[in-house]
Amino acid sequence: MCGNEALAEAAIRAGLDAYFGYPITPQNEITAYLAKRMPEEGRVFVQSESELAAINMVFGAAATGKRTMTSSSSPGVSLMQEGLSYLAGAELPSVVVNVMRGGPGLGNIAPAQADYFQSTRGGGHGDYRTIVLAPSTVQEIVDSTGLAFDLADMYRMTVLILIDGILGQMMEPIVMKDAPPRKDLPAKDWALTGARGRNQNIVRSLWLGEGVLEQLNEHLKQKYAEITEKETRCYCHQIEDAEIILVSYGVCARVVRSAVDKARQNGIKAGWIRPFTLWPFPSKTIAEAAKPDVPFLVVEMSMGQMLEDVQLSLMGKAPTCLLGRAGGGVPTVEQVLKKIEQTLDKTNNSTLKT
Amino acid sequence: MKTVFSKTPTLKECSTHYCPGCGHGIAHRLLAEVIDELDIRDKTIGIAPVGCAVLAYEYLDIDMIEVAHGRAPAVATGMKRTNPDKVIFSYQGDGDLAAIGTAEIMHAAHRGERITVIFINNAIFGMTGGQMAPTTMLGQVTATSPEGRQADGTGYPMQISEMLSIMPGVCYVERCAISGIAAIRNTKRAIKHAVELQMTNQPGLSLVEILSPCPTYWRMKPANAMKWIEDEMVKVFPLGKIKDAAAKK
Ligand code: SF4
Repeated sequence: MCGNEALAEAAIRAGLDAYFGYPITPQNEITAYLAKRMPEEGRVFVQSESELAAINMVFGAAATGKRTMTSSSSPGVSLMQEGLSYLAGAELPSVVVNVMRGGPGLGNIAPAQADYFQSTRGGGHGDYRTIVLAPSTVQEIVDSTGLAFDLADMYRMTVLILIDGILGQMMEPIVMKDAPPRKDLPAKDWALTGARGRNQNIVRSLWLGEGVLEQLNEHLKQKYAEITEKETRCYCHQIEDAEIILVSYGVCARVVRSAVDKARQNGIKAGWIRPFTLWPFPSKTIAEAAKPDVPFLVVEMSMGQMLEDVQLSLMGKAPTCLLGRAGGGVPTVEQVLKKIEQTLDKTNNSTLKT
Repeated sequence: MKTVFSKTPTLKECSTHYCPGCGHGIAHRLLAEVIDELDIRDKTIGIAPVGCAVLAYEYLDIDMIEVAHGRAPAVATGMKRTNPDKVIFSYQGDGDLAAIGTAEIMHAAHRGERITVIFINNAIFGMTGGQMAPTTMLGQVTATSPEGRQADGTGYPMQISEMLSIMPGVCYVERCAISGIAAIRNTKRAIKHAVELQMTNQPGLSLVEILSPCPTYWRMKPANAMKWIEDEMVKVFPLGKIKDAAAKK
C-alpha cells in the first residue's frame, strides 16, 4: 500500500462519508482507491467534472454535517481556492489533500514543496487560515488523516494535508487502526438537515450589515489564535547543544535527519526542527532555540518559502540560510552535509570578522 | 369568520429587498407554497445563488445555504448524494446558471443528480447593475450591450433548457413564466411536479425555467415588463413542457 492509498484507507477508518475528486497526477491512487472502497462501505464517491466542482461538492456535503474530503495536486488545488475561501467564510469542516508537484503553471509531475505559500497563507481571497499538516512518513500520513478530520470538526474549518509525490508513492510498513471521531467534538447543530422541530439553519458567508463582517473576522482571528496556542506541533532533535539547526518538513525532513546524524558522526553538532503543522507554524520553538551564533539552515523543495516563516520567527535573533531544490529536485544527504559545512564556515568567518 | 386565504407558513413575515414588480418575490412564494402543500419543510434544503436572490434564506423559512457563483449544482450534488432522503433544490439566476455555472449544471444533469433546479431567466444580470447575460435578447440594451445585443460577437440568447433536455440524466424540464395570473399558477404546478419527481426518486434532474420580469434593468414599468415576456421573450424562449421522461412511460 503506497502513501496515497494509505491516506485513502485512513480516511475511511476516520469515518469519511463522502469523497469527491478529479484525476490529476501524482495523487490518482487516492481517487482510484476510494472509487473502489467507498461503494464497498456504502459511502459516497463522485468523480467530479473539475476541481472547482469537487470542492463545491465537499462544501455541500460538509454543510449537511458529513465528514468529507477531496484530494488533488498543485494545479488542481489552485482551482479549489475559491471553494476554500467559501468554506472558511461559512466555517465548514473539510479535509483537503494536496500531493504537491512542481510549478508554477503546469510545472511537472515530479515531487515538490512549491505550494507552501499557497497552503499557509490562504490561497483564496479574504482573511482566513487553514490548518496545514505535513507528515513525513507513511505511518504519519495515516495518523495525520484521522487527526485532520478531528481538527476540522473541532474548529469548523478546512485542514490541508500536504504531501508530495515521493510520500504519495512510498511504501512503508504501517499500522492501520480505526480512528472514529474524538469524543469531545462539538455537536454539529449548525448543519443543514431539514428544519425538523427547530428554526431554520443557514450556512452563509455574505454579511452585508455594517460591522457584521468585521465581527466574523474578529471571531476567526480568535479561533485562529486558539489553534495557534493549542495545536502547533513540531519535533526537535539535539538542538540544545547544536552549533547549527536545520529546519525542514515532509520528505525533506527524512533527508535532513540522515544528514544531521552523519554530521554528528563527523563531529559537527547539528540538530533539527521539523514543523508538523505548517500553519500554525512552530514559531515559538524556533524563537526559543535562537542564539546569535547558531545559524538556521532551512532545507525545502521550494526556493525559500518556509525560509520566510523561519525568519519571521527568529526576528533577526539568528542567521538563516537556505538549501532549496525545486521542479522535482530533491536535496541529497551529501548536499545537505556540504551546505552545513559551508554555512558553519561562513558563520565562523563572519564571526571572526566582526 | 372563515379564513379564505393566508400566507403560506414557509414564506417569512417580512418585506423583501426586491425591486417593485420583480419576479423573484412571486417565485419565492410559489416555492414556499409547494413546500407547505407537500409538507416537506422539515426535509428540504435550499441553495441560494449569487445574484439578486442571494438572500433567499431571509424569505424562505427552511434550511438553506448560500454558495459561490454558479456552483449550486455541485453543492447540491454533495448534499443529495449524502442525503438521498432530503429534498434538495437550487435556485439560480441566468448569470449564475447560464454563464459562470454552465459546467456545473451540465455535469449535474449529465450525472443525473436527483435534484430540482429553479432557473430564473430574466435575460439580464440584475444584482451587478443590469449587464448582458447569455440569455439576453438580441437587440436588448444592457449596461454591457449599450447598442443592443448583437449576435455577431456576443452570440444568441442561450436556450439552456433545450440543451439540458437532450441529456438522458434529465427527467423533467419545463419553461414557465411570471407574466400573469394563469402563467403564475402554471409555474406553481410545474415547480410542484418537479419537486414531486424528486420526492418519488425519479432518476434524473428536474428543472423549471421561469421567465421572470426585471423591470428595473429592462427599464420598464412592472406591467410592461410582464407584457414584454409574453410579447417578446416567449418567441425565443417558448413556454411549455420540454421533457417529462416519467410521463412518457
Ligand atoms: S434588479 Fe431585477 S431581478 Fe434584481 S431585484 Fe431588481 S427587478 Fe428583481
